[in-house]
Amino acid sequence: MRFKRLWAIFHARNHEFFRDREAFGWNFVFPFLIVLGFGIIFKGDYRAQFKVGVFPILPGDSITQKIDNLPDRFATFEALSLLGFETRAAGLERLKHHKIDLLVEAQQVPVRYWVSQSSPSGAIVERLLKEALTPPGQGGRYRKIDIQGLQTRYIDWLFPGILGMNMMFSALYGVGWVVVRYRKNGVLKRLKATPLTAFEFLTAQLLSRIFLLMFTLVIVWVGCDWMLDFKVYGSLLNLLLIFLAGSICMTSLGLVIASRGTSEEFANGILNIIAWPMMFLSEVWFSIEGAPAWIKAVAKIFPLTHMLTAARKVMNEGRTMAAVAPEMIILTVMTLAFLLLGAALFSWNE
Amino acid sequence: MQPALPPLLEIIDIHKSYGSLKAVDGVCLRIDRGICFGLLGPNGAGKTTLIEIIEDIISSTSGTVHYKGTSRAAEFKQEVGIMFQQTALLSFLTVAETLRTFGRLYDRTESLDTLLRLCHLEEVKDRLNDRISGGQRQRLLLALALLNQPDLIFLDEPSTGLDPQARRNLWQIIKTVKSQGRTIVLTTHYMEEAENLCDDIAIMDRGRIIARGSPADLIHTHCKRTTLTLPKSVAPAVVGDLEGTVQERPDRLEIRTENVNALIGQLLDRGVDLRASNVRTPTLEDVFLKLTGRSLRE
Repeated sequence: MRFKRLWAIFHARNHEFFRDREAFGWNFVFPFLIVLGFGIIFKGDYRAQFKVGVFPILPGDSITQKIDNLPDRFATFEALSLLGFETRAAGLERLKHHKIDLLVEAQQVPVRYWVSQSSPSGAIVERLLKEALTPPGQGGRYRKIDIQGLQTRYIDWLFPGILGMNMMFSALYGVGWVVVRYRKNGVLKRLKATPLTAFEFLTAQLLSRIFLLMFTLVIVWVGCDWMLDFKVYGSLLNLLLIFLAGSICMTSLGLVIASRGTSEEFANGILNIIAWPMMFLSEVWFSIEGAPAWIKAVAKIFPLTHMLTAARKVMNEGRTMAAVAPEMIILTVMTLAFLLLGAALFSWNE
Repeated sequence: MQPALPPLLEIIDIHKSYGSLKAVDGVCLRIDRGICFGLLGPNGAGKTTLIEIIEDIISSTSGTVHYKGTSRAAEFKQEVGIMFQQTALLSFLTVAETLRTFGRLYDRTESLDTLLRLCHLEEVKDRLNDRISGGQRQRLLLALALLNQPDLIFLDEPSTGLDPQARRNLWQIIKTVKSQGRTIVLTTHYMEEAENLCDDIAIMDRGRIIARGSPADLIHTHCKRTTLTLPKSVAPAVVGDLEGTVQERPDRLEIRTENVNALIGQLLDRGVDLRASNVRTPTLEDVFLKLTGRSLRE
C-alpha cells in the first residue's frame, strides 16, 4: 500500500464533497433544520399531543366559552388542544382522517362525543374524557410521585437519533451510491488503469467518509447545542467515540453496497431497502419499547440501533464506556464483517 | 552482439466471449517498440474489447498477453498510459488538480507545466474539468495518459466526436509524442486518422484480425486499382475498350485501372476532355470495403 496514492484519492473525494455546495449544504442544513424544528415544537416542558374537535363553533366564537358542558380538568388539560368546527359533518370528516382524535358536541348534556374505533389516540382521549366526567371522590386510589434525578427533554432524546440518521444516510449514499456512479460513468475504470489498488481506493473512500461524517457531526452538534442547549450527562469524548464507531460501521456497510453494480437506480433501491427500515426500527424518532419481540430482534441487525442505544446511554443517562461495551463490541464485529464482505465482493467494473 | 529485444507487446491467441457472442476470436499480434500501431475496424468489431484486455482492464476468456517478453507485472501499470474511449473524471476538480491527483498515483511523472504546454491546456488549467470544451477534455484525457512518462500509450478512439480542427490539434500532439520514440497503440474508425498517424495497421472485423501491414502495404496489396471518374457526357462507347474496368453510374463513368498513366494517355489520344475528370487513389476505406463488404463507420 502506498500512502501517497491513498492520500490522493482521499484528498480528491474530500474536494468533491466540500465543493459540491448543494450536497455540502444539505449535509449540514438538513439535520440542523430537523433538530431546530423539533426543538421549537417541543420547547415547552409539556406538549399538546392529542387534538379534540368541538362543534358547533362559529367564526368569532370562543371555544372555551362554548365547552361549559365539559369538566375543567378535561378542557384545560395541557396534553389536549381544542379545535373548533362549524358543523358536525366538518368535524367528522377530520375525525375519519385521523386529523383529530375525538369530536365533542358543545353545550350538550349529557356530553355527546364521537371517536374512531381504529384510532389508538382516540381511545386514550376517550378514556381521559370518561375519567374527567367521573364525579370527584369516585376515582381510583392513587398517589402521584414526580420522577427525581435525570430528566430528559424529548429533543435531548431525539438529537442523537437525528445525528445518527444523518450519518447513516451520508455513509450509505456517500459511499454506496457514489462508488456505483463512479463505476457506471467510468471513473473506476480510469482509476483501475493506474497503479492504485482496490485496497487503497476503498480505504481512501472509507477514511474520507469517516472524516466528513465526524466533521459534519461536530459542526451540527455545536450549532444545535448553541441554539437548544443540549444536556449531556455522560462524557462528550465517549459520545464522540461511539459516533466514530458507528460512522466506521455504517461506512463499511456502504462499501458492501458499493462493491458491485453499475446501476444507480438499483443501488438506490438497495440503499432504500436498508436505510428506511433502519431509520424506523433503530429508534431514531420513537422508542420501539412496546413493539413485538420480533421487531425488536430485527432492529438489532442494524448498526444504527446499537450506535443510538450506546449514544443515548451516555448522553441521556450519563453511563460510562463500560456500560456501552456490548454495543461497541457489536459495532466492531459488524464493521469487520462489512469490510471483509465489501473487499471480497469489490469489482472495478462489474 | 546484444540479444534482440522482445517485442513490446505480444498478444497470443486471445479469446473473449459474452455468452454466445465472440467479441474477440483468437487474435495474435506482435507490436514493436517505437511505432504507432493502429487497430482499425467498424463499431462493434471488438477493438475496444481487445485493447482493454491488453490494458488489463478486463480479463480474456483465454489467451496470453506478454509485455516486454514476460507476463504483465505490477510495473505494467506504472509504464503504460491509457486514454479510454469513454470515461468520466472525479468531479469538482480543476484541470491542474486532476493531473496532480492522478500524478500522485504513479512513481514517476511528467512535470505539470510540460504536460499543460504539450496538450495546450495552460489557459484552462484552473477551470473545473466539467467546464471545458470537448476538444480540451480530449486533450486532458490525453495528458492523463501521458503524465507517467509511459513507454506504451493506448489511445482508444481519441478523436471521436471532435470537430476537424480539434481533431487535427490532437493528431499534432500525438505526432509529437510519437516523435519522442514512445510506442502508441491507437484504435480508430477514422481512416484518415490511421493513415496520418500509424506505421502499422491491423484491420479487425467480427473479433478477428483480417489484414495487417503498413497503410501503403495494405492498400497496395488489397486495392491496386485507381479510379478515374469522367462526366456522364463522355459516351461509354468511347471508353469501352480502354485499360481498366468501366462502370456506368447515373451521373458519371468510373474506370478502375492498375495503370492510370496509360489510361490517361489513351483518353487524351481519343480527344476526351479531362478537365472535369477526377482521379482517386485507393484508401484504407477501400481496403476495408473490399475485405469485409462493410464501411469502416457502419
